[in-house]
Amino acid sequence: MKNTHIATKVNGDGVEFTCEPDETLLEVLRNRLGLTGTKEGCGTGDCGACSVLVNGRLVCSCLVLAVETQGAEVSTIEGMASGDGLHILQQTFIDHAALQCGICTPGILIAAKALLDKNPSPTDSELRFWLAGNLCRCTGYDKIISAVQAAAAKMRAA
Amino acid sequence: MNYVSKIRKFKQVGTRPARPDGDDKVTGRALYGADTVAPGMLMAAVLRSPHAHAQIVSIDFSAALAHDGVKAVVTGADLVAQDEGSLRDIQENCLATTRVLYDGHAVAAVAALTLKAAQEALKLIKVEYSALPHVIEVDDAMRADAPIVQSGRALENVPEGFSQNVTYHCQFGHGDTDAGFALADEIVTRSFKTAATHQGYIEPHACLAQMTTDGKAELWCCTQGQYNVRDICSALLGLEGSQLRVTASEIGGGFGGKTNVFIEPLALALSHKSGRPVKLVMSRSEVFRATGPTVSSSIDVKIGMTRDGRITAGRAELRYSGGAFPNETVSMGAQSAFAAYDMAAVETLGWNVLTNRPKEAAYRAPGAPMAIYAVESVVDELSQILNLDPIDVRLKNAARKGSKSSYGPTFDDVGLIETLEAAKAHPHYQAPLGPNQGRGLSAGFWFNFGGNTCVSLNVNTDGTISVIEGNPDIGGSRASISLMAAEELGVPYEKIRTIIADTASLGHNDITDGSRVTFSVGLATIKAAQDAIQKMCGRAAQIWGIDADAVTWEDGAAVPAGENAGKFPPLSLAEIAAVSFETGGPIAGHFEVNADGAGVSFGVHLCDAEVDPETGATKILRYTVFQDAGRAVHPSYVEGQMQGGAAQGIGWALNEEYIYGKDGRLQNSGFLDYRIPVASDLPRIDTVILEIPNPGHPYGVRGVGETPIVPPLGAVSNAVSRAIGKRLTQLPMSPPRILQAILKG
Amino acid sequence: MRYVAAQTAVEAVELLANEAGISRILSGGTDLLVQLKSQMIAPDLIVDVKHIPGMRDILPHEGGFRIGAAVSGAELGEHKALCAAWPGLAEGFQLIGSTQVQGRATLAGNLCNASPAADTVPCLVAAGAIVRLVGPNGSRDVAAESVIAAPGRTVLTKGEFVESIFLPARPLKSSDAYLRFTPRSEMDIAVVSCAVSVTLAPDGMIVAARVALGAVAPTVLLDSDCVKAIIGTKLEASAMAALAKAASVACNPIDDKRGTIEYRTHVAGVLARRTAQIAFDRAGA
Repeated sequence: MKNTHIATKVNGDGVEFTCEPDETLLEVLRNRLGLTGTKEGCGTGDCGACSVLVNGRLVCSCLVLAVETQGAEVSTIEGMASGDGLHILQQTFIDHAALQCGICTPGILIAAKALLDKNPSPTDSELRFWLAGNLCRCTGYDKIISAVQAAAAKMRAA
Repeated sequence: MNYVSKIRKFKQVGTRPARPDGDDKVTGRALYGADTVAPGMLMAAVLRSPHAHAQIVSIDFSAALAHDGVKAVVTGADLVAQDEGSLRDIQENCLATTRVLYDGHAVAAVAALTLKAAQEALKLIKVEYSALPHVIEVDDAMRADAPIVQSGRALENVPEGFSQNVTYHCQFGHGDTDAGFALADEIVTRSFKTAATHQGYIEPHACLAQMTTDGKAELWCCTQGQYNVRDICSALLGLEGSQLRVTASEIGGGFGGKTNVFIEPLALALSHKSGRPVKLVMSRSEVFRATGPTVSSSIDVKIGMTRDGRITAGRAELRYSGGAFPNETVSMGAQSAFAAYDMAAVETLGWNVLTNRPKEAAYRAPGAPMAIYAVESVVDELSQILNLDPIDVRLKNAARKGSKSSYGPTFDDVGLIETLEAAKAHPHYQAPLGPNQGRGLSAGFWFNFGGNTCVSLNVNTDGTISVIEGNPDIGGSRASISLMAAEELGVPYEKIRTIIADTASLGHNDITDGSRVTFSVGLATIKAAQDAIQKMCGRAAQIWGIDADAVTWEDGAAVPAGENAGKFPPLSLAEIAAVSFETGGPIAGHFEVNADGAGVSFGVHLCDAEVDPETGATKILRYTVFQDAGRAVHPSYVEGQMQGGAAQGIGWALNEEYIYGKDGRLQNSGFLDYRIPVASDLPRIDTVILEIPNPGHPYGVRGVGETPIVPPLGAVSNAVSRAIGKRLTQLPMSPPRILQAILKG
Repeated sequence: MRYVAAQTAVEAVELLANEAGISRILSGGTDLLVQLKSQMIAPDLIVDVKHIPGMRDILPHEGGFRIGAAVSGAELGEHKALCAAWPGLAEGFQLIGSTQVQGRATLAGNLCNASPAADTVPCLVAAGAIVRLVGPNGSRDVAAESVIAAPGRTVLTKGEFVESIFLPARPLKSSDAYLRFTPRSEMDIAVVSCAVSVTLAPDGMIVAARVALGAVAPTVLLDSDCVKAIIGTKLEASAMAALAKAASVACNPIDDKRGTIEYRTHVAGVLARRTAQIAFDRAGA
């Protein structure tokens, strides 16, 4: 297969890479760009651990071909904190013990932020259905729901 | 052995500080098994059997080796042949030599410049198989005419007349069960079946191996026990243990499934052959097919009860299959089945049976969930028949201090009665139920373990502390370890940094399993802190010019032991540390032990379920977990274990199962059709922590990680059975099974 | 494998028509990438149609809506007017996979993947949707229920792809609904599904209906006996019983790891009743 040259933006920074046409965005992020915060849990879109935003839209990066990101904007977990401080969501996850092993956490944070940016006051049910594509095996989701709602309240007050 | 501490009133234990790895994990910085690279690294892929059972006639990998980009190919011949026994089984499981024993059994592995090249090379490996008959279900495999999975593996105590697949037999109990049944007013006999389930950790197994020509090796892998990995890999690769350094990455879930070795020897062998670092990551499908699911089971239970709810006798026969290699998990089931009850007469028999399935691994409390599910279902049915309150029945028969357990030992302080009473008093128990709704409860139990543990504790000259322990953090243990060190030393939590050592940097530590870490590593940390304290008191004595005996430790400082010792203001840890170079050198404490005294942990779960009578769909409406933690060092992480285990148990009860086709191949090797609970499947999971201190730990800690998966199976089954008015006896209670029970008159 | 992001429909048609090997359309990719990774398919050419003008638009047209074939489920869900006119279709595509999958998946892709259990297909069929294909011989319109030939196969000929899907204008007092049975609340492939679209007379009687059943046959069933059971009724008990029976009779399901014949047949009847009730209540509201 012939390598393609792609120019895109990741977390606001211009980025260029070459890849084969059948490489996924997940593979390129992790293996070519060294951004290992986005995780592979299944590779088939069933677990959400690879969640990112492409042009502001929440997607599984294992279901996006890297070549599709030409001229697009990609947001990953590495771009969530700003400089010297964590995002409110990240901090409340720590405060509420909303992670145990942490492998699903980047995907859940990306997904939760995407929801709160769209709907600042979700009900618990709306939140649970929004996050249904993010599997967590450690927490039973309970503290995750608490943390996101606590962050939402803080973000509404800010 | 009694491990004691002076601390009586806790200042930090019991609080909820931020975990030390929190920032790393919420930013994506934390490095898991698949997150590292090495210069010149190759990528590996594994060829796996498509047959449930077959002879390997020949393997020709010459074309694969010649493929563009391929640097090495390994087969079973590349691992050092072990003597018969458990190491030999692990070796055969990692790479089959003469026969493949399950769909997915590894036969060869390739390392190449790219993963794609490695995967293409797999297709060029010519394996000639001669298919053999296979057997999948445990009861089928026990029959004398069953296809034989392995011969000659039965232990001596297995009676004659069974298939060679029956490898193990055990028996526990006391008293005269026949006489006990004769005293009963009501007897229920039921048979139960449970399917194999998988731990379902979101992170697939991954490792990066470097084996160089001088006999040294480095291995990075996600594991629950780096020392165990070192011991096994050094045997399989013919290395000295000290020359193989294993570093545990952050781990994306384990639950017992990462206590074993699957891909690490392959990566090391490939690295050895190619002379380059090799990275091997399992796909999700490989994880389901070829790591370690639980046993599947077939269980018969008979319990007799008097009209007023006293159990007079209990008997259980448990037939487990843990796949194609022998195991003794049924012993745990047989021991734990009646553990919650004070029984005058009890008998449990266990059998292990080989089947053509992957080699089982622990999944939180191995062997116990299915056994206790069966017993708790029968106790619940008896409660219904006799019209007795199910908690009162448990209370009437509950194991307590002084009870002779069903598996032998006599219980010390245990918290079952307290957890039952907490459940009874909780608003959940009184909440009204609507149509098609049922409430179920189950008690649950896990033994908990101690084990070999080392901790080093260094006092830095700036007054901070480095705690070095050897157990991967699978649930927040670094925070708890730091809390215990802080408490014992009398310094703030923020001054402690706890790290997990690689195998070269610290003495042996048993695997992170058996709910042992907060208990064993905690007590070793406390003892190491006490060791450091003793040394610091010595330094203070030196500074003050008095006897070391005349110095004691209070609130993070050395103080004179009494009036006669002299009038000296306290010397804080930081002050002592700052001058340590002048008083004799760096200060450290350490402790090495094979810890015993772990306390059992009892739990009770309450579950409300609603069943759609037209479809069998089940919704969990409300769920509360009550558990005795002994001492909750970091309550948030104790709650986390309770909630996580409950969620796994709910999935096990309702939807999760290994589905095999007639060809013996696994049909649902992905998260689409292996259905673990998603966020919208579950309600809030409320938690009530009880603290009945374990006398065997300086702070009273009991392990908590495993017990929570035990009660959900019974609690959910009892809730669903009550909701539909029919007793269900097979897990998972998928909607078709529930609907069938409803429609059958 | 080659990847080309076609800039016009003509370019896409030429690429597809002239490809000697295996070609595939990439819209959302939620089926394609899974098939690629599992090595179920090995295409020589992938044509990305998302950059073709109009493919991502939802336009009002002749009282209805023309939906570009590359519109994602998430974008559909954000279109208030469309969701108000077709709440059942909205339910259908919002049940595909997860939020992340809906961020990519398209109606056209769901249709052309031709899985017997696809969530939007029963809805499109019940809605009477018309699929516009474009190919070497120009455009042609095909009724949604005629697009799928067999599991995994459509009637599209070489060089053709879906350009848009047209949802017709709704008469007054019309609505639709979609229900599916899955073991979990989300994320599962449908075991049984049902889509119902109804139109009511001013007095509330059902005067027109389309009932489509999914996951109970190789392709979606558009069943006329189900319609007969409810036309001229207000879904009284006898009509409901007849509907459930007709739905169960129409089924031709298989036993597989997701459900048994017996189970699917029974639940088809249950879902038909429940779906019809929801559509009826919405239409009358």
